[in-house]
Amino acid sequence: MNTTKHNPAGTPRPAAERAADTPPAALDIRGLRMRLPRTARPVLDGVDLTVGAGETVALVGESGSGKTLTSRTVLRLLPGGATTEGTVHVAGDDVLTMNARELRRLRTRTAAMIFQDPRAAINPLRRIDDFLTESVRLNKIMTPAAANARAVELLEAVGLTADALRRHPGELSGGMLQRVMIAAALMGDPALLLADEPTTALDVTTQAEVVALLGDLRARFGTGLLFVTHDLGLAAAISDRVYVMYAGRIAETGPAASVFARPRHPYTKALLDSTPDLDAPRGRLAAIDGQPPDLRRELTGCPFAPRCAHADEVCTVEAPRRTPAPGEPAHTAGCHHSDRLEGTRGDA
Amino acid sequence: MPDPLLEVRGLCRTFGDVRAVDDVSFTLPDGGSLGIVGESGSGKTTTARIIVGLDRADAGHVRVRGQDRTAQPRGRTERLARARQIQMVFQDPYLSLDPRTGVEAVLRETLKLHKPGTDPAPRIRELLDQVGLGTRAADALPRELSGGQRQRVAIARALAVEPTILVLDEAVAALDVSVQAQILNLLADIREQTRIGYLFITHDLGVVRCVTDDVIVMRRGRVVESGRTADVLALPNHAYTRLLMASVPRPGWNPHAIGTARRALQATEPTT
Repeated sequence: MNTTKHNPAGTPRPAAERAADTPPAALDIRGLRMRLPRTARPVLDGVDLTVGAGETVALVGESGSGKTLTSRTVLRLLPGGATTEGTVHVAGDDVLTMNARELRRLRTRTAAMIFQDPRAAINPLRRIDDFLTESVRLNKIMTPAAANARAVELLEAVGLTADALRRHPGELSGGMLQRVMIAAALMGDPALLLADEPTTALDVTTQAEVVALLGDLRARFGTGLLFVTHDLGLAAAISDRVYVMYAGRIAETGPAASVFARPRHPYTKALLDSTPDLDAPRGRLAAIDGQPPDLRRELTGCPFAPRCAHADEVCTVEAPRRTPAPGEPAHTAGCHHSDRLEGTRGDA
Repeated sequence: MPDPLLEVRGLCRTFGDVRAVDDVSFTLPDGGSLGIVGESGSGKTTTARIIVGLDRADAGHVRVRGQDRTAQPRGRTERLARARQIQMVFQDPYLSLDPRTGVEAVLRETLKLHKPGTDPAPRIRELLDQVGLGTRAADALPRELSGGQRQRVAIARALAVEPTILVLDEAVAALDVSVQAQILNLLADIREQTRIGYLFITHDLGVVRCVTDDVIVMRRGRVVESGRTADVLALPNHAYTRLLMASVPRPGWNPHAIGTARRALQATEPTT
């Protein structure tokens, strides 16, 4: 894998990354558990997740599954009153034990985040050049001249021209502004890019261009990409590996092709079946009855059991551990009855 | 031949120099379901707003069972009568419900306005039942409900006056897929039971395929393709329809080719 990093300002990479011949994973989350005040169960419950250098990983789930909490925890953007257990390493450094200086370095250089709505993430009164260079100037990572040169270079890399620098956000379309956000995220030359629903607010044809762009930049700069999305089709289309979250736990993970073609968790299968797509037979959709478990109630057993057609007694008392699929050690699912899932989606 | 349920002919609307809706025509038969597909700026929402009566056309006609509703309504009675013909469900159930008004009160208010003098209670129970909300939800405020439940309330409110046409503007776009499937199935059941006509405004071709019989594809205010949904999606004629279909992410998807196709399509036409 190509791990050469683009590093225009000549500042050294973090020690952990220089020391080893093989770079550490861009992101390595182990046993992450998070509790919030006035809840009866952890909002994140034993999350394990890795993103290799230069790898694209999709984190899929519905509202309230914990996918956005997980990605925000990577930058230690925790909700008020949250307590955590477990470790979150970004390029070798533990985020949860960093001091303020290290944390600032993480947020300005090592990792960057792209949000869903670019208009909500930018000050409409300030010009694009100001927005792009602010963080590296204020943190004295680059001289103003170097920052400007880097901004021009990245705007060109995301398919815009240097004139965009002198524009205000209101003069750019949503797709163009999301390109600016991607350029801004790459200013500090991050090892890890967190993209939380970065194309959800965009038109479908624009979405394709932004995804193509993220793929190119990942290849060129060797950045690890964690793509948080509710769109299973998109996750299947772009990722090397995928994690499916439900009720704060990783329900299933594995190579994207394998998870989508042969899901081993009933929730993954139900999600696939309830998505209206262009290939499945027409007619009624297989909706998932019921709702995700309430945070105010304690959970015993499998969190999906009340909505699951395969659930029996063991599911309501014993939380399933993730076990590998036969012959596919990288594909694991937390279900007592994975073997009962007939089924392959013929079209996936 | 009887007049069709909804007939739209030569609809035009300009905002300044922009032709937001440019000569749009289509027909929705009794109990039919028509999808209007397009991206931002295609004119699909402006078309829907004109049909409902939230915006005025510069030219063209909207007729419901042969009755013109293009001109400004004269007086309260006519305005209410028009509201009973066509109702609308909006995209965001967090914005389209008053946060201070409980579910039952929402429905009671609508029924009181349109059917004064009748006891609303039995109809409220019937509506809640029809959209799959229990009587426990009746007393709830919107903030106590999930997104899917709120959208059910919005649908119940729209159905309260027994409209002949329901306009759904991206009505499932903000919902999680499992909830989206519940709502799409609910809408299919309601159409089967009541023979109501649907106008589905959406960007999602999967949704169009699932719930519509006919479809029109809009781009820059114009209809670029129309026909039976199954035919259009099986053999799209217009390059833009093909581009939209290729843009739906799936395994083996090639986002680079989509970008190239998009630029090629833009190069063949004058920029506006």
